[in-house]
Amino acid sequence: MAKEYSFYPGCSSQKGASSSNQLRSTQTICEELGIKLNEIPDWNCCSASIGYAGGGELPRLTLSARNLALSEQHHAGQDVVATCAACWLATREADERLKHDNQLMAEANEALKEAGLTFKGEKKIRHMVEVLIEDIGYEEMKQHVKKPLEGIKIAGYVGCQTNRPFGIDGESFENPVYLDKMIETMGAEPVENYDKKVSCCGGALMFSEPEKSQALVKDIIEAAYDGGADMLVTPCPVCQMNTEAYQEQINKKYGTKFNMPSVYYSTLMSVAYGRSAKDAALGGQIIKAKQLEEIAAK
Amino acid sequence: MSNLNTATVEKYRNNFLREVEANVEEGHWVKMCMQCGVCSGSCPLGPHWDHPPQKIFMMIRAGKRDEVLGSSSMWMCTSCYNCIARCPRELPITHIMHGLAHYAKRLGLAPKNQPTKKFAQIFWDSLSKKGRVNELKLGLSLYFMNGFAEGVKTSLKMQKVGMGMLKTKRMDPLEIVGGHGCKDKKGLQAILKKAREIEDAKAAKFQQA
Amino acid sequence: MADKKLGAYICKGCGIGDRLDAGQLAMIAKKEGKVGFAKQHDFLCNSDGVKMIQADIDAGEVNHLVVAACSRRAKSDAFNFENVAISRANLREGVIWVRPDTDDAEETTQEMAEDYIRMACAEVKYMNLPAPSEEQGLVRHVLVVGGGVTGLNAALEIAKAGYLATIVEKNGALGGAAAQFHKRIPNRAPFADPQDSGIADLIEQVESNNKITVHLNATVTKTSGAPGRFSADISQESGSTVTDNFGSIIQASGFKPYDATKLPEFSYGKSPDIVDQLGLEALAKQANGGAIKRPSDGKEVKSVVFVQCAGQRSDKEGHLSYCSGHCCLTSTKQAMYFKDANPDVDAMVLYTELRMPGAGGEDFYRSGQNKGVTFTKGIASEVVPNGGSLTVKFKDLILDEEVNYDADLVVLATGMVPNSGVNIEAVPAENEDKKDDAEAKAEVVATVPVESILNLDYRQGADLPQLVNGFTDSHFICFPYETRRTGIYAAGPVRRPMDMTQATEDATGAALKAIQALENAALGRAAHPRSGDLSFPSFRKEGCTQCKRCTVECPFGAINEDEQRYPLFNEARCRRCGTCMGACPVRVISFENYSVETVGQAIKAVEVPEEDEEKPRILVLACENDAYPALDMAGMNRMEYSAFVRIAPVRCLGSVNTIWVTDALNNGFDGIILMGCKKGDDYQCHFVKGSELAHTRMSKIDDTLKQLQLETERVQTYEIAITDIQRVPQIINDMAETIEKIGMSPLKF
Repeated sequence: MAKEYSFYPGCSSQKGASSSNQLRSTQTICEELGIKLNEIPDWNCCSASIGYAGGGELPRLTLSARNLALSEQHHAGQDVVATCAACWLATREADERLKHDNQLMAEANEALKEAGLTFKGEKKIRHMVEVLIEDIGYEEMKQHVKKPLEGIKIAGYVGCQTNRPFGIDGESFENPVYLDKMIETMGAEPVENYDKKVSCCGGALMFSEPEKSQALVKDIIEAAYDGGADMLVTPCPVCQMNTEAYQEQINKKYGTKFNMPSVYYSTLMSVAYGRSAKDAALGGQIIKAKQLEEIAAK
Repeated sequence: MSNLNTATVEKYRNNFLREVEANVEEGHWVKMCMQCGVCSGSCPLGPHWDHPPQKIFMMIRAGKRDEVLGSSSMWMCTSCYNCIARCPRELPITHIMHGLAHYAKRLGLAPKNQPTKKFAQIFWDSLSKKGRVNELKLGLSLYFMNGFAEGVKTSLKMQKVGMGMLKTKRMDPLEIVGGHGCKDKKGLQAILKKAREIEDAKAAKFQQA
Repeated sequence: MADKKLGAYICKGCGIGDRLDAGQLAMIAKKEGKVGFAKQHDFLCNSDGVKMIQADIDAGEVNHLVVAACSRRAKSDAFNFENVAISRANLREGVIWVRPDTDDAEETTQEMAEDYIRMACAEVKYMNLPAPSEEQGLVRHVLVVGGGVTGLNAALEIAKAGYLATIVEKNGALGGAAAQFHKRIPNRAPFADPQDSGIADLIEQVESNNKITVHLNATVTKTSGAPGRFSADISQESGSTVTDNFGSIIQASGFKPYDATKLPEFSYGKSPDIVDQLGLEALAKQANGGAIKRPSDGKEVKSVVFVQCAGQRSDKEGHLSYCSGHCCLTSTKQAMYFKDANPDVDAMVLYTELRMPGAGGEDFYRSGQNKGVTFTKGIASEVVPNGGSLTVKFKDLILDEEVNYDADLVVLATGMVPNSGVNIEAVPAENEDKKDDAEAKAEVVATVPVESILNLDYRQGADLPQLVNGFTDSHFICFPYETRRTGIYAAGPVRRPMDMTQATEDATGAALKAIQALENAALGRAAHPRSGDLSFPSFRKEGCTQCKRCTVECPFGAINEDEQRYPLFNEARCRRCGTCMGACPVRVISFENYSVETVGQAIKAVEVPEEDEEKPRILVLACENDAYPALDMAGMNRMEYSAFVRIAPVRCLGSVNTIWVTDALNNGFDGIILMGCKKGDDYQCHFVKGSELAHTRMSKIDDTLKQLQLETERVQTYEIAITDIQRVPQIINDMAETIEKIGMSPLKF
């Protein structure tokens, strides 16, 4: 029987949005692993971690409370799962803070009442990676591999928000190893001691402070090359976009010759599971992941 | 006593700390900082902060209201949560920085042309309008946030990035008309309005006290 | 004792029998060691082996035993036989575990073992059984000097254990500094608020305890005797004196606050609104939970600044160089007095580094922050009285700017100065000065006269020896309460700066040590670290030249002089380190079971091969406290070292008589290594001065070496910690290499 979850896709996964390719490949691996994602009806934006200029504490927390209230209403008994790091973080943070502070909880519910909703706080908010590691497990993930990704060396770029402040249970903030383990499980070789593994890509400040953020990304890519990586793999939409889309601008500014694909773990897994380039959303790569395309075409 | 002297004397009074405690998200944590500086050393954009978090906390205690609220420092936060993860006193530093930025913005004290301030506002406006963020409009309005001429320049500079996203179907030009959004926009806006009202009422209460 | 009957037992367990020719060892013990018999056993420390030895002892076959097995530090319970002398040959940790099990190494490894058999046989031959001196006394009564927190707690602990205690307090009331506190730093969870000092209750407990006698307005005007039989004159201010006997003494004479008038920059004394920490306690007591008022005009204090490290942790002339440990907590507590009475008071603690020691220290700091106490990292340069208020000038070290801050009250966190009496080591210097002119005399007068606390009737001085900054000397790592005067224990801030919680713990520790000391003394047993040792030094009067080296060098003031200026050994004060034995130039001092002969003969028993055999011999004289265990542990870790080394344990490097070194050189040893504990102000020497004295003595050995036409590299002295497990084999191997370089000793016969 399929494992069912109340799914919070988030804005960037929408059709024609920046991480639509993550959603596509996530759906592929869920098919393979018997995971059913039930989209929260009429979900709204979580305000990520950049909405603070316009939105105060309560409005921001209430946004997530609305999603959770809808999930409680429609998907009773199912954990809430997000694929986007920022969505997961904002939702989990709102859940914890509201449950921790009775006054905030009451205020949030007062606001939700305007739309006839109530947030009770009875859901566990989880990251997709947690579902894979905890509910499926490395053993099971490995059993589905049909085309081991042999000969590919990959820098596992965990980034920030999948890792802090919550992180994947049992992993350290300074050197989480789950992504490396997942790379290994798919038959590829993780870069050892990738020293930019949990460094910041600039996040949303790539838009407002492009130069400062691109300097951060430059170091991330450079360290991957230093480690002999063929590509980056990441669980986070912002990390993926920032490490992939700006390489040309970085090359221009710093005279580097970066041309390193940056893919989602879900893309990686889809290919290893023997699915087509389309199912793996390889078409979503601005910098083509040729090695993966070749394997997918086999 | 000279004005300057009065100012130096007065600034070390705790009033601003109390103001922060009452009005800023997680502001009651500021007094718990033990000045170790781990946050400042852990910040990815640390070198670009006028005053790193450690200093901001000390400035709040020293009553440097205008310097803190007028600072661009908090707007440098990338929300990487490194400071939170490492703070030995477990201060929610990221949230305090967001809270200070928000408070400064609300009081109209934030630096005028702070790009992140503008972007964050645009983001909020985008989401509160339709319930979901429209990435294309977000990007375009960002490029044009400093006026039309600047916007054209930025757009041209970012053209390649945009084209890459477009080609890989990760950007949809049709978003400019209509696009994604919540069905219950009204309900969502009512919720946000109410939440804002509750928050404003609280702030007003402190001003009176 | 009857005739010495020597016998050897050779263990073949733990691989000794596989690696060594036990039959050959037995033969050497009999032939060369001249033991009556030499038995081999497969597993000597098991019940069968032990039974065999005990049966021999009971049958009168043997009373001087050589146990050739493991290290003397191992299986000491199994090989613990009464009324016999035992020498241990270390064949396990000292031989087979430090040598490779190869054909090449077999011969030299066997030679090593044979020498250890020879050494043990020689040693045991010269050992005698210690017998009690019969000068023991038993008085189950402890004198406690000082009636503050430390003294009160010590007396109560002593009484609870069923012993008598007498408190001598200089002031008219008990309680000491703590009686001046409004409240104390909390010693219980949640460590959030100042706590009642509990001193009234403590005093009440002491006063109602019939095992405790209290003398107020009294001082100790004379202390004589030794552990188990001290006699003290307790004199009242009125002039009357009582004399009583005590088994041991606890000195809990506490501290004086540092004199804040020595800090002119902070204007102490110029405004009544500038106080020290005890001054603030007085104000808080007055306010009794209400608003604290300014002394100058009685106005409620609305802002207060605590200046940390006022005149301490400073290398300026006249300042205290050390941290007093409690002041950051105390200032936090005092800031809470203000905040708890009125949260609107601005209370700022100005610090450079906050130190919040103790289990609850950090919690208390957090609580202070939570209550709104502002902690500002900055250095105060000046406090200026300024009409109605005070201006504190400081540099903010975080914001990097100079600040003038106005406050109603300033509290200076000055440090603790120990109340330790006379610095006895300064006395000889003053005597020398007296020979000089008036200038020197002026200097003597300029030093503040200090009254003695104990008025010890010891030739070495009236008070406990001090280490640094006037605090009494105690072994800070292993034996914190143990001073250099056996049976006299220092506790509380006289020993090192501390707060009430620590002083209470200190008092308990010292009380237990004091009880242990008087019980040990009654049985003629040594105090630490040779606890239970019954041996004690005696000397051959006819050989003594009355040079006084032993009386001067004894780290524990255990040796007085009789009317003819011969040494008068005081068994109960003695720690049995043998420093006197090492010091004696005519070698007349010895213990029954440890003497110039026991070690000297063991060294001479080593068979030194001819020069052309190219088998050098290296002697290691290793302190049994740290160096010998380190060597054992090197063995346990199977670290190899040269087979040419022969190790002789000594009680303390201070007991090493230079004759051992010269004899060893004359016997053809190629190198000698002395291993003792760390010396100096941060010493780890278990006998405080032993290692230092040995280093001094050995610094003069170069002349001897030159006389013998030997290279100075042949004798080396090292400070070894018990953790130097990697280092000790290296030192030995380095010496072996040195000898290879400079060649064999020419003094082989």
